[in-house]
Amino acid sequence: MALKNKDLLGMKQLTSEEIMEILDTAKTMKMVISSGNKKTSHLQGKAVITLFYENTTRTRTSFEMASNYMGSSSANISSSGSSVAKGESLLDTVRTLDAMGTDIIIMRHNQSGAPHSIANKINASVVNAGDGMNEHPTQALLDMLTMYERFDTFEGKNIAICGDCYHSRVVRSNAIGLAKLGANVSVYGPRTMMPVGIENMGVRVADSVADCVKDADAVMGLRVQLERQNSALFPSVAEYSKFYAITPEILQLAKPDAFLMHPGPCNHGVELPTAVYDCDQSVINEQVTNGVAVRMAVLYLLMARRNNL
Amino acid sequence: MKTIIKNCKVFNSDKTELYIDGEKFAAAFPENEADEVIDLEGKMVFPGLVDMHVHLREPGYEYRETIATGCAAAAKGGFTAVCSMPNTFPVCDNAAVVNGIIKKAENAKCRVYPVGAATKGLGVKEIAEIGLMKEAGIVAVSNDGKPIANAGIMRKVLEYASDFDMPVLNHCEDDFLSEGAMNEGPVSTFIGIRGIPTAAEDIMISRDLILSEYLDVPVHIQHVSTKGGVRMIRDAKARGVKVTAETCPHYFTLTDDSCENYDTNFKMHPPLRTEEHKQAVIEGIVDGTIDCIVTDHAPHHQDEKELEFSLANNGIVGLESSFALGYTYLVKPGIISIERLIDLMCYNPSNILRLGRGGLEIGDDADLTVFDLDNEFTFDKNKMLSKSRNTPFDGWKLYGETVLTMMGGKKTYEKLC
Ligand SMILES: [Zn+2]
Repeated sequence: MALKNKDLLGMKQLTSEEIMEILDTAKTMKMVISSGNKKTSHLQGKAVITLFYENTTRTRTSFEMASNYMGSSSANISSSGSSVAKGESLLDTVRTLDAMGTDIIIMRHNQSGAPHSIANKINASVVNAGDGMNEHPTQALLDMLTMYERFDTFEGKNIAICGDCYHSRVVRSNAIGLAKLGANVSVYGPRTMMPVGIENMGVRVADSVADCVKDADAVMGLRVQLERQNSALFPSVAEYSKFYAITPEILQLAKPDAFLMHPGPCNHGVELPTAVYDCDQSVINEQVTNGVAVRMAVLYLLMARRNNL
Repeated sequence: MKTIIKNCKVFNSDKTELYIDGEKFAAAFPENEADEVIDLEGKMVFPGLVDMHVHLREPGYEYRETIATGCAAAAKGGFTAVCSMPNTFPVCDNAAVVNGIIKKAENAKCRVYPVGAATKGLGVKEIAEIGLMKEAGIVAVSNDGKPIANAGIMRKVLEYASDFDMPVLNHCEDDFLSEGAMNEGPVSTFIGIRGIPTAAEDIMISRDLILSEYLDVPVHIQHVSTKGGVRMIRDAKARGVKVTAETCPHYFTLTDDSCENYDTNFKMHPPLRTEEHKQAVIEGIVDGTIDCIVTDHAPHHQDEKELEFSLANNGIVGLESSFALGYTYLVKPGIISIERLIDLMCYNPSNILRLGRGGLEIGDDADLTVFDLDNEFTFDKNKMLSKSRNTPFDGWKLYGETVLTMMGGKKTYEKLC
């Protein structure tokens, strides 16, 4: 069991078999997390670095917990307090980390393609923890794990994704990954937040939130970045929540056993009313647990490839 | 210095020999009077090519290119005349900078015709001293790289420049629509890069055509990359609007698919478009809508290109690959004739800017170039004479390698066998 490539750059680079291998491994890792003793030795003697150029706590913490549970020695670099702020180029920074003997660099960057531009220039494995508007593969994998625990197969399942698709790396990774496993993905959001040609990625662009959610097996809300109001993408929170939010009435249009996901952090009352966030169908908290399990699986499978070489 | 070029074909002529005395083509003289006799073994002599859109980077950005290195690259590409864009530091918006460029170019391996800025500092308020710059030697004005966004300013530039018979060249992109880093479409969506819609270019082209028609003054549209742009220029020409247009080799050889791996050597403004637009550009070249092929030669240092895609500088070098791309992709497949390619790369730009280039008759400046049209060669970025290496064509197999270039009777490039 191992991944084919040195790096995990995105769902684009994974085969359907690799995706399933990660999900199956993650199920095992989840048992480790829920056991009394969370320590494994899979990454013992290995060096893992998180290199985050964007302020975020949840993804980073999730990766750090994953590598700690597996016994790695790890270091964390963020955009403040390092050479990142001093104007050193990304390539120089990662080459330095590489020279220190790092095995895996987990990288978050505000520029699409940033991990791709350095991955083939260093020995360490690169895990994309979100690059600009491009991909966030471990988020998609944790979303898919959450679905996998409820579906016997992805084939023919209807997945609805609603919100700001233009800026969302979560949409791209989910759309690409779910399409590879045979699911039907529908997307909807304000036209100002819908990228040109998204249908070429194998998704259906719905006419309304209702149309998107109708008969869905799983519904995903996306975070709206409120500062986008200032760039003429939507006029007000009131209007957004009226026309684009997943309300309890909308959620009723999905299949009876459908469940609700959100990559977080959620703007309560904007993309989801609080009543929906907390409803019985919501699996949002479980997604967080699954995030750690999936990241453990990814680190494990990347390290297995390194050990095999 | 007297030179005889013998055993050659001469473009558009029955001649098999050319005689050069000093800087000019001359009447025949005996071989024993020649300082050098060049045997071309049957190859064809073409007029020296003219590129009306080049960034030589001097003054101010000599770490990317200098007039000397840019002109050496031009000679290697078969060019004997180039027009330098004014976005230098300081901006070429006054006679002093124009004089400086002309002085520096005196010993360069290519004729340099400076283009002056249309507005002071490429800014948004004041017209530059077009009259004084004309006296100093500019052949056109342009705010290339910084499109003139304000229609009122563009109108005044067109009007004022017309008092001096000064061609106005505009880079057409509406900056409010073009905040992205590549063409907007399925590829930009797939790889999560902000897109630049073709509408950004079309809107400004349409504006410039409307102003040109309304004011009855000429306008030249730089580096056309869109189907809509080609169509509007074609329609305007049919109505008698005084519009001319150029495109670049990358717009008829590449598409935005090339950006998929975030390789910044495929990043430029306007961006590479889809196949549909590429084909429209080729149609425009074929039917005469597009008058010139230019390079938009834009050298950048490695440190400005080896960056995250959206942060990397725009532009690619082009002088050393332009003719070979035109020959390989347009002439060889039979899309246009070699005569048409020489119109696009020599006579048309020379006529639009009234440079008087391209003559191969007795008394004309002895500017010529010779290509190997029969043998394939591999374009190698490490063999370029430009100071920068930002080419997307490294490793391409092409026809039309330059064998010899002469400018004013002097060899400026010779391929060492
Ligand atoms: Zn330009």
